[in-house]
Parts: sequence; C-alpha cells; structure tokens
Amino acid sequence: MSLEIRGLQAGYGERDVLRSCDLRVEPGQVVGVIGPNGAGKSTLVRVLTRRLPVRGGRVSVDGRPLHRFGRLELARKLAVVPQMPELPAGYTVRELVSMGRTPHVGLLRREGDEDRRAVEVAMRTTDTLHLADRRATHLSGGERQRVVLARALAQRPRYLLLDEPTNHLDLRYQVEVLAFTRREVERGIGALVVLHDLNLAAGACDRLIVLQEGRVVAEGAPAQVLTALLVSRVYGTDVDVHGLGTRPLIVPRLDRA
Amino acid sequence: MARALARQAASRRTGPTPLLVSGLALVVVVGAAVSVGSVRVAPGALLGALLDGLRGHPVGTVDTIVWQLRLPRVALAALVGASLSLAGATFQGVFRNPLADPYLLGAASGAGFGASVVLVFAGVVPWLTHLGVGWAAFVCALATVGAVTLLARQERGLPPVSLILAGVVLGSSLSAATSFLMLAARDRAAGILSWLLGSFAFASWDQVLTMLPLLVPAVLVLLLAGRALDVLQLGEESAAQLGVPVEIVKLVLLATATLATAAAVSVAGVIGFVGLVVPHAVRLAFGPRHVRLIPLSAVWGAVFLVLADLCARTVLAPAEIPVGIVTALVGGPFFLLLLRRQRSGS
Repeated sequence: MSLEIRGLQAGYGERDVLRSCDLRVEPGQVVGVIGPNGAGKSTLVRVLTRRLPVRGGRVSVDGRPLHRFGRLELARKLAVVPQMPELPAGYTVRELVSMGRTPHVGLLRREGDEDRRAVEVAMRTTDTLHLADRRATHLSGGERQRVVLARALAQRPRYLLLDEPTNHLDLRYQVEVLAFTRREVERGIGALVVLHDLNLAAGACDRLIVLQEGRVVAEGAPAQVLTALLVSRVYGTDVDVHGLGTRPLIVPRLDRA
Repeated sequence: MARALARQAASRRTGPTPLLVSGLALVVVVGAAVSVGSVRVAPGALLGALLDGLRGHPVGTVDTIVWQLRLPRVALAALVGASLSLAGATFQGVFRNPLADPYLLGAASGAGFGASVVLVFAGVVPWLTHLGVGWAAFVCALATVGAVTLLARQERGLPPVSLILAGVVLGSSLSAATSFLMLAARDRAAGILSWLLGSFAFASWDQVLTMLPLLVPAVLVLLLAGRALDVLQLGEESAAQLGVPVEIVKLVLLATATLATAAAVSVAGVIGFVGLVVPHAVRLAFGPRHVRLIPLSAVWGAVFLVLADLCARTVLAPAEIPVGIVTALVGGPFFLLLLRRQRSGS
C-alpha cells in the first residue's frame, strides 16, 4: 500500500520538466519534496492531480495506475490542499468543510449522518469546530488554511497532498498546519508535502526528496539529505548546516551572497 | 449541547420556510397583478372568475378579463422572470462572478438580431414570415451561444475568460448588425426597438404553453445542480480535485441556462436586469448555497417581473411602457443599493 512514482516524465509543450522522478509515500509517513524554483515540484503536483498527463514512467496509488481511477474514486484516495485555496464568500465554515464530502456523496445525493460525522471530526482535528458557523470572509489567514485542511480531511483520503501549505502564514500557523498534518498521519494516512522552507521541511518530514532539474538528486531522512554540500550545490548558494540531533538547521551565508 | 445547537442551526439553514414565504409572496403578487388594471377586479370577483374558469365555463366579462387578458400575461411574466433569474443564478455560479447575467454569452444580441431580420424582411421573404419573430429569436439566441462556445473552446475545455471574450465580441457584432438593420429600414425601427425593450402586451396562453416545456426541464436540471455549483465556487481546480467533472458540468449548466434564456427572450423580447439583480438579491438575503439559491431565484424572479409588468401597464395607462425600461429603471438603483449595503455590511 503506497503512493508510488517510478521514472516519471512530464512537462509542457516540447519540454519535459520532470525527467526522472521516483518517490514513494507510505501510510504513516510525511514525505517532503524540496528543490529550487523550476525543479519540477509544481509539475509533480499537477501530475498527481491529473492536470498534466504522465509522459513516461508510472504513477500508482495503492497498486493501481493513476489514470485507471474514476474522478470520485481518486478523490476518495487522494486529497489536495492547494497552494492558493479559494474560499468563496458567504459560505459558512461548516458548509465549506462539507464540500469535502463530495467524493463520497456524489453530486446528486444529499449528505447523510456519516458525512456530518466526518465533517465534525475533520473540524475537531483541525481545531475549526468553534468557527463552524463563521463565514469564510471573516477568517484570518491561519484559520483559512485550517479550514482548507479540514475540507481535505473530510474527504477521508488515504493520502494527502499539500502544495506549499505554509506560504503566507506566520510562524505559529506554519507550525500548526504541519502539526495537524502530522497528527493525521499518525492515524494512518500518508502525506506528501511540497515545501520551500528547508528548516520546516527538516522538522516536519520523515523523509525528504530533493528535486533538481526534474530529477531526484537525493532522498532519505532529513539529516542524511540536508548536508551543506548538497544544499549549496542544488540551490547554488552557500549554506552552513548545524546538526541539532536528527534535525539539521540550514543557515544561508548572507554575507557572501 | 454544542452539537444540538449546531444541528438546529443546520436545520434552520436548510428548512423549507424561505421557500414557503417566497411562494406566498408570489401568490399575493400574482393575485394583485390580475386584479389591477383598467377594470379593477375585487378579490371576491377574482375568486369567482377563477372558479368559473376552472369549472370550464368562463362566461362573464370579468371571467374574460381574468382568463383571456390578465392571467396569460401575468403567467407569462412570471415564467419569463423565473427563467431569466434561474439562468442568471446559474451563469453567476458557473462564472463565479456576481456580475454575470444570462445575456453574457450573446443570447440577447443573437435573439435581437434574429427578431430584427424577421421584422425587416417579413413580407419579402415568405419563409421568414412563416418562421415568426419568436422562433427566429429563439434559434438565433441558441446559435449565437453555440458559436461563442465553439469559438472559446480550447484543448482542455472552456476557460471562462475565453467564453466571456467570445460572448462580448460576437454580441457586439450582432448588435451592430441589428442597429444597421434599424437604420436601413427606418419604417420598421420602432417595431424592432419595442421588441428589443421587451413587452408582455401580446401575451397569450399559447406563449405560456411554448415556454413551459422548456422551463420545466431546465428547472429540474438546475435544482439537481446545487452541490455541483457550490463546489465550483472553490475554483475549477479544487472542484476537479473533489471529483467533479468540471467541463461536463459547465457545459450542461450553460446549455440549460441558455435554453431557459432563449425561451424567455423569444416570447418577451430582451428584458434586462432581472437575471442580474434577482439572484444577487436572493444571495444576499438567503445565503450563497445553490440548493436554495436556485429555487428562490426562480420564485423571486417571477415576483419581480410580474410587479415590473404591472408598473409597465399601469403607470402611464392607457399607454404602456416597455417592461425592459421598467426593470432597468427599478433594477439599476436597487442594484446599487444592494452593492452599497453589501460593502458596508462586510
């Protein structure tokens, strides 16, 4: 049982952005994807959400190729927290979270007790229950992100794909979103997180995948992957890495930039 | 305790009360509109006339006024109002834009062009006369929106921006063609203009019966589309990630709304503002959920247009104002008021 990508090629027009990408997410794991701009992180997200076709290699979810899933079926396996989520004005938080039940309810049926329970649980997990009747327009950035996470959890997926979920959040909410994700992973789902902040990635992920120019150049536990040599080479700028237990701390050398 | 409160809140949001109240409002307005006119019909007499008609022998003068003149006109105004408003709610939902209206994709300019061609060439080209203004408008409205859809189509579906652009471009070309026809055939210009501004002066049961078979399926489809429209508000990408077949849903909804619009335009001319203002007002009053917005828009669209038509035929009686002018005169300031209230409220 895993979300598995082998030798993935994908891109736009003539150009392949991803040239050879392998990765594997198992339930109970948070896997981070890092790499400089243009390395192929967004392309990877687009392939997994089926907005871009697989040109080569294999992408499978629990042993079944991605393209063999029906739309609703896939949405029950894989939930996405998008990079810039839209929360339409006027809807209450509860209404927004229950939209996450769509893959289970379908478009024509009404929600049942199980759906209401799943929505309740998702809101409790993300600490948004007290916001249930609040309108989306009146939420702070951190609250909005928690609501979007709640919607994804209401899908009861086996895998969660988070596309730079900490963007534009202040420190407390960055930590919070990753903590809620971790809690959910401990309950048995797998998470794939695209992150920009290397220190957050080091702190939040069990394994890291480093992408550079469409290839995986390193993979493993944060302490193994995030060496000064690798980070300096991949990002093209000098950094120091301070080892703090198993969690490395990356400090760019600003004076030499 | 918290859960019980939450459930209560949820049931308040989904309960049937707003629909019931709105339905009652419609009944009252229809009753008033049937009673008021050059001959005033008292409530008792109205009830008597209605019963006479239902029993199958409407004979008195009041019976004739009610059944032959007022009722078909009021019924048609209600149906057209409901159609335009439903279509407006759908367009606003699909385009995720509260300023969208049913004419956004060129249905109005298409219908206007079709109607003008018939009004100008009727008598010269026999089959055009035979086709009639209504059907020409209906066919041209559908053809225009069809052409806009084809023009906007791209490899991966129908991007809203291309749809709107194609609609605006084709719409202005057809409006230009209509203006040219009006200038070229000056003796027919007044007829074209009054058609373009919309009127129920020639309403008949026949027209009501032409509209119904188009409106009923449209209402059914749109009533089922509540959840799809709600999820679409998250953006097309998120909707797709939740398993919604976005392009199919968009196509079905736009086609249904366009059918309702074309039907409305073909019997009543181009009546503006109903499809823009009514769904907007309903959303502000009853919230954005489409399960509720769609049926309520239909009911309040009917209320609005019945009232507007009542004004159109009574304010300057015995002369009539084109109903499109009334809706614009009333709808414009009302819309501004709504926008202001919304801004100060949020």
